[in-house]
Amino acid sequence: METLIDIKNLRVDFELRSGTVRAVRDVSLTINKGERLGIVGESGAGKSVLGFSLINLISKPGKITNGEIIFQGNDISKYSYEQMRKIRGNRISMIFQDPMMTLNPVLTIGTQMMETVLAHMDVSKKEAEEICLDKLRKVYIPSPEKRLAQYPHEFSGGMRQRIVIAISLLTSPNLIIADEPTTALDVTIQAEIMDLLLELCETENMGLILITHDLAVVSEVTQRIAVLYAGKVVELGTAEQIINNPQHPYTQGLIKALPQMAGGAKRLNQIPGMMPSLRDMPTGCPFEPRCAAKLERCKHEIPTLKELESGTQVACYQRNGGDK
Amino acid sequence: MSAILEIQDVDKHFDISGSILDQIRFTGGKISRKKTVVKAVNNVTLDVQPGETLSIVGESGCGKSTLARTVMGLYQPNKGKIIYRGDRIDNLSSVKMLPYRTKMQMVFQDPYASLNPRMTVRQILEEPVKFHNPGLSRVEVRDKVAEVMLQVGVDPVWATNYPHEFSGGQRQRISIARALVVDPEFIAADEPIAALDVSIQAQILNLLMDAQEKRGLTYLFISHDLSVVEHISNRVAVMYLGCVCELATAKELFTSPRHPYTQALLSAIPKLGGNPGGHVKLSGDVPTPINLPTGCVFNGRCPHANERCTQEIPAQRTLESGTIVACHGVEEGRI
Repeated sequence: METLIDIKNLRVDFELRSGTVRAVRDVSLTINKGERLGIVGESGAGKSVLGFSLINLISKPGKITNGEIIFQGNDISKYSYEQMRKIRGNRISMIFQDPMMTLNPVLTIGTQMMETVLAHMDVSKKEAEEICLDKLRKVYIPSPEKRLAQYPHEFSGGMRQRIVIAISLLTSPNLIIADEPTTALDVTIQAEIMDLLLELCETENMGLILITHDLAVVSEVTQRIAVLYAGKVVELGTAEQIINNPQHPYTQGLIKALPQMAGGAKRLNQIPGMMPSLRDMPTGCPFEPRCAAKLERCKHEIPTLKELESGTQVACYQRNGGDK
Repeated sequence: MSAILEIQDVDKHFDISGSILDQIRFTGGKISRKKTVVKAVNNVTLDVQPGETLSIVGESGCGKSTLARTVMGLYQPNKGKIIYRGDRIDNLSSVKMLPYRTKMQMVFQDPYASLNPRMTVRQILEEPVKFHNPGLSRVEVRDKVAEVMLQVGVDPVWATNYPHEFSGGQRQRISIARALVVDPEFIAADEPIAALDVSIQAQILNLLMDAQEKRGLTYLFISHDLSVVEHISNRVAVMYLGCVCELATAKELFTSPRHPYTQALLSAIPKLGGNPGGHVKLSGDVPTPINLPTGCVFNGRCPHANERCTQEIPAQRTLESGTIVACHGVEEGRI
């Protein structure tokens, strides 16, 4: 299978006066062409920073301090601002959480869509408009000709997010990064948007990185899932393996904490404590303070991802025999 | 068993027309005055039994929070009655309402907004105790607060800290402690876990369930998260556009939903390891509560709607299973 993007040992740090915040710590991930990968984690796990860093949207004082992002044969993490503009919104698009914040309230949908097309493609205005209409039809916006002249406030939340998706599709990108695309929306709208994203990825053969805190959503949409905890990938495997046969104690705890998994028991399984601050990490495994299955060495050494027989990769001494 | 709380035919409308100048319209050569009213809650009748958890679910804008606030006396209903243990409480003056305030407490959604940032945890928790029990000595008040803090899992040594020094989950524990500290019988919890992470959500839900068991509390639990509701509730009311469209036991509702809206809502829940697709798709969007559709409020999006649904408001009917549903289709046996 052809590799679409290859992230190697990526590290993102925020240098603050009060200390360095290590938001992403040595993350390595590979996504193949047309593949859908889910990144799951709680707030503060570094999942959004990871998504942003892929298209160099990290703002100061954040910086990629180590690692490579190989996209179509080039390391785009070293690209200049000008070079990056040709990739961002063109080959790699991003969908953000809140469609009301992403769309400019004082410009019509048409203006905002045309802007993207004209910036990245060498087409006439007439052709650009055709592309916009075509993409709006793809996301099932009724009577798109009329809609182009309207402003964001004239649309409902679900419609706005569909327009944002249409904008991300304009340049037929190879990869879409969706950062919590449905968190601001109701469940019925969420189901609609997820179905749409899935359908588009399949018909256009696009890669998708879906960043969310909702395990159930990723398990429905993506093929592989990476579980992020305190800036590190602690488990990586197929969606089916992660959900049915989780290996890392954190993943297990997370799944058991869902009311759907309580299976009649009244009390929910809870993970004690909370995620450590990214500024003040434990020296060993980041999950060690909350872990019920910890070993002595978990306190001092940081486990790395190791592949198990099932194909799942897990960073835990308890699970992968312990040898480095 | 008599109900602890009865909500009878309650309407809550908000006038958003603004000042007289905003209301004046000039149409067809005539000046007219137009009022704009948001009909947030319409003709809701519910009863809450002692010791149970009654959940209200629905999408944003369906009026579930407004209903909770109306019950608590934070809003005056435009029509209907709120009855607490046989006494009507919606028309009481604030002084007469006082005894009920210790019995009925509320937990809010956002623990970042509902705790005063300029008060220490001790001040936040002592204030209601002192206010409602002026006879208690300082030591008694302090002991009471420490006891409740221990119950919710916040170490009393943190009492001198300010809310910003706590995490979201800890803050939500503190707001639950604030509700528990006056020994209420009834708690209205308005999306108490919506702002929290999954692993923390489980902690707070367990805490709420433990408190219910120990103190025999009754909950009115407002949420949009259906899997949480399924877990925590005895009975569930589904609201759409200010109206209750279905009311049933949690088990009945999640195994055999009757109202087409409930069916769509349930099928939209993402399932762990589930297959994508297969969701019941609703056409169109939720109409605004300013111009309610005539007939059944759901008729514009309902796949089963017919002529009658667009004209006649469906009445609530009790089915054999005990489920109460407001739908012409179910009544006629079409659905």
